[in-house]
Amino acid sequence: MLVVKDIGISFGALKAIDGVSFSANAGQILTVIGPNGAGKTTLFNVISGVYVASRGSVELCGEDVTSFAPEALAARGMSRTFQNLQIFQRMTVAQNVMVGRHLKERSNLFADLLRLPSVGRQNRETRDAALQLLEEVGLRDKADVLAGNLSYGGCKRLEIARALATGPRVLLLDEPAAGCNAVETEEIDRLICRVAEKGIAVVLVEHDMKLVMKISHRILVLDRGRFLAEGTPAEVRENPGVHQAYLGNRGAKEVQGA
Amino acid sequence: MSPVLNNRYAIVAALALIVAILPFTFPSGYYLRVASLVWVSAFAAIGLNVLMGKAGQVSLGHAAFFGIGAYAAAIGPAHFGLPSWAALAVGACISAALAYLVGRPILRLKGHYLAIATLGFGVLVALVLTTESRWTGGPDGMSVAKLTVFGWRVGTAYAWYWLSAAFLLVGTWVALNLDDTPTGRALLALHDSEVAARVVGIDVARLKLRAFVIAAVYASIAGSLLAMMNGFVNPDLAGFQHSVELVTMVVLGGLGSVVGSIVGAVVLVVLPQALTVFQEYENLMLGFIIIVSMVFMRDGIVPMARKLVARAR
Repeated sequence: MLVVKDIGISFGALKAIDGVSFSANAGQILTVIGPNGAGKTTLFNVISGVYVASRGSVELCGEDVTSFAPEALAARGMSRTFQNLQIFQRMTVAQNVMVGRHLKERSNLFADLLRLPSVGRQNRETRDAALQLLEEVGLRDKADVLAGNLSYGGCKRLEIARALATGPRVLLLDEPAAGCNAVETEEIDRLICRVAEKGIAVVLVEHDMKLVMKISHRILVLDRGRFLAEGTPAEVRENPGVHQAYLGNRGAKEVQGA
Repeated sequence: MSPVLNNRYAIVAALALIVAILPFTFPSGYYLRVASLVWVSAFAAIGLNVLMGKAGQVSLGHAAFFGIGAYAAAIGPAHFGLPSWAALAVGACISAALAYLVGRPILRLKGHYLAIATLGFGVLVALVLTTESRWTGGPDGMSVAKLTVFGWRVGTAYAWYWLSAAFLLVGTWVALNLDDTPTGRALLALHDSEVAARVVGIDVARLKLRAFVIAAVYASIAGSLLAMMNGFVNPDLAGFQHSVELVTMVVLGGLGSVVGSIVGAVVLVVLPQALTVFQEYENLMLGFIIIVSMVFMRDGIVPMARKLVARAR
């Protein structure tokens, strides 16, 4: 579904991402982990077209989409959420998700300016679709609240609903559970699994190791912008190199000794 | 939130009611003229608010389009024998085309850079209007033919009052329509988070351009109306000070609020007239009032009023 080959980006002399390759499959959850500064969010920004890659390629469903703009990627079935929330604060929760349906809507400037009857009809359809997605993420009762008034966990789920509204084949989730309490994390955890079960390829960046180990099909470990390891949760858990990256030499020995 | 301030039918109906009643309260024709001036300025401000309040892009040269519309209404009939209403339409088309051409490169800029670029554009247009005196009459300006619609010569203060009010009502209706349509939602989204808007597939460059063109067409039509109403144009209509006045109307009334733009226009047109009692201190007082209102009503008059109403409930 999503194939990333030898991707790299430099900021001046700093190689923030250096030759990372991986692929994400439909219906599977691939989690990217690594210590702080490993380049996880940068990797997401390169793949989703927010940054322009210095080298390497990104393939989406067989098409080379390297350095495509985010809106072009959205049209081809890639969507994402953000680590630092990027919800539309001045719009209602339902409107946020309705914006996600932008590409599915027929939009004609003159029809919109004159508010032709077709616009109202389409609005109702879009709203129904949005409400259904809100139901799925458990925000149905908050539909007409201003998005800026949602709780932190609510915002995180709203971002997922908005991303789902684009009808993605690949979904990049950047720390969906960061800053959430245990109950909220549990909810998001179930939500991500349901998303994957629909046949969407989910790529996840997450720090909550309990969550990562529980839901990931495969895990990719980065360290200082480089590939460190890849494998099933069990394989990665046993990998001494991963321990070392996270805990340093002494810490890694202690873990292996335990 | 107050339902009256949010329902587009209610807003337009209330506005129509105000428009219909006002003339009966006016003691003299002078007030009709001031009111017509308010309607025309409000029309331009509503358009600019689509760009600034909805899309979140600033234009410090917007009077350029106002000037183009005004001069189209002057030059069209004088040099090309066009009927005035056709000159208005031609002016709007020229403004739209120019906004499209200029907007493509400069709307890539953000924040202060965009402000400077639009400012430069405004200065440029004002300069052309001042120097091309063979067409424009130069710094002294030129007179404008009276508007004739279906053989009816629009000349009296009453006629202009109703005509400008009719334009304002239509302009208000169209701008209100934009809310809660795919385009309107996309504009708001762009304003709140450009990157998130792009990720859901919104072509932000195209969207900004559309908002810029809409704003330009509004300003151009307002310019044509004012030119025909005054029977006279000069390059000041396209000048920097006029641009700043338009921006002030939008910000003072409330960014993103259509009603706010009308209120802003009322304040900026009526206040100088009322402040003439201060004679040479008129501009000083105007500036002072605007500063004070911005300090205490940062969101603008209408959003502030809305909040107060919501709090009272």
